[in-house]
Amino acid sequence: MRWQTAVVTEIVRRSRAVSSFFFRLPEFVPFAAGQHIIVRLTAPDGYRAQRSYSIASAPETTSHVELAIEKLDDGEVSPFFHEVVEVGDEIELSEPVGGHFIWRTQDGGPVLLIGGGSGIAPFVSMARHRALAGSTAPMLLLFSARTRHDLLFADELAELRDRQDGFDMITTLTREASPPEGISKGRIDAGTIAAALARLPGPVRRIYICGSNPFVENAAQHAIDAGVEPGLIATERYGV
Amino acid sequence: MATRGFTGRRGGSEETRERLPPGQFLESGFPVLSAGPTPRIQTDKWTFTLKDGVRPVKRWNWDEFNALPQTKMTRDIHCVTTWSKFDTAWQGVLVDDILADAGIEPPTGFTLAHSFDGYTTNVPTADLLGGKAMVALRYEGKPIAPDHGGPARLLVPHLYFWKSAKWVNGLQFTQKDELGFWELRGYHRYGDPWQEQRYTND
Repeated sequence: MRWQTAVVTEIVRRSRAVSSFFFRLPEFVPFAAGQHIIVRLTAPDGYRAQRSYSIASAPETTSHVELAIEKLDDGEVSPFFHEVVEVGDEIELSEPVGGHFIWRTQDGGPVLLIGGGSGIAPFVSMARHRALAGSTAPMLLLFSARTRHDLLFADELAELRDRQDGFDMITTLTREASPPEGISKGRIDAGTIAAALARLPGPVRRIYICGSNPFVENAAQHAIDAGVEPGLIATERYGV
Repeated sequence: MATRGFTGRRGGSEETRERLPPGQFLESGFPVLSAGPTPRIQTDKWTFTLKDGVRPVKRWNWDEFNALPQTKMTRDIHCVTTWSKFDTAWQGVLVDDILADAGIEPPTGFTLAHSFDGYTTNVPTADLLGGKAMVALRYEGKPIAPDHGGPARLLVPHLYFWKSAKWVNGLQFTQKDELGFWELRGYHRYGDPWQEQRYTND
């Protein structure tokens, strides 16, 4: 594994629990949308902790790499990022890894992306990649979050949708009594998935599901129940 | 390079720290990771096939397989994503006993494990023998949950846990070391946690 020492150039709050950390690498390493990077922290006595985070920036953006990190209160690495890391800090990052959960423009569409909470990060990379590369492949993002305070990248994704060039988005909030206009209420279920599949202009080519394990299990099962071939479903589970 | 302000949350006794391979932390839960949806496999449709190259040597159905001698094994397991879990208790059929029932000696030094969902992973044959590995049928005294690889998963606890293929449905001896699903996607060919062999060139 190749490691580089990156510099934190910017920290942007994305939601109540998620902040984006922007890193400048000495040498940009090409990657595919959907891949992740390993962050490695080292204590003075040599003790190390490392965790994987999906890349949120597009492969076309070579000036920095963006990782959207959710603060898990019982975590070891994410609280450190939220409480200690400042602009200018040096952090060790791996080269991009992961080869099954990727989407390139040549993979085409229609594709359905189903994200729960911070599980939207790899899809932000895919949507940005699609836009920057000028692809018109049909792509529908189904995003589930808890409340309006947990919406991530909402303005940017709405802007991409408003281009009406084949990128579409459905957002649903699970713990919001009266969601804002254009956002639905409730959990992703068989009906949500069937409606999303029906909204695509043709048979789905691939479904990507990312989030916590219960979220992914649930969404995958509903997709299979809706008649999707299991082999078309790629999953990325945020375990710990 | 030390990371500014990072001390880590080591915790645990000295014994715990000595049992953890480098770069791992102790997890009390049992996280689930896999590249696709969880297949729902009915045991009346379940089969396990032993192959030498393309040639099937023997095939067992669920009842036949469960009738083979079963062994209990309690081991620490180590996931490449850096969590470890101590003292996981499994029961199943040792690979030694599978070969004995098929009446063969291992024909080659390389094995590829296959799963119902198309997943594959390569393990040197020597790492599957001598009581080191089993096809596990029970976890903590109960049938293995589908998202943890049930009804049957390979258990090779001395290697990173992606080698312990979920939903295993066969072992295939190969003439050369053929890479499996993750091994073709940047992960280490062998995967020894104590050598921290996580990625291809580690």
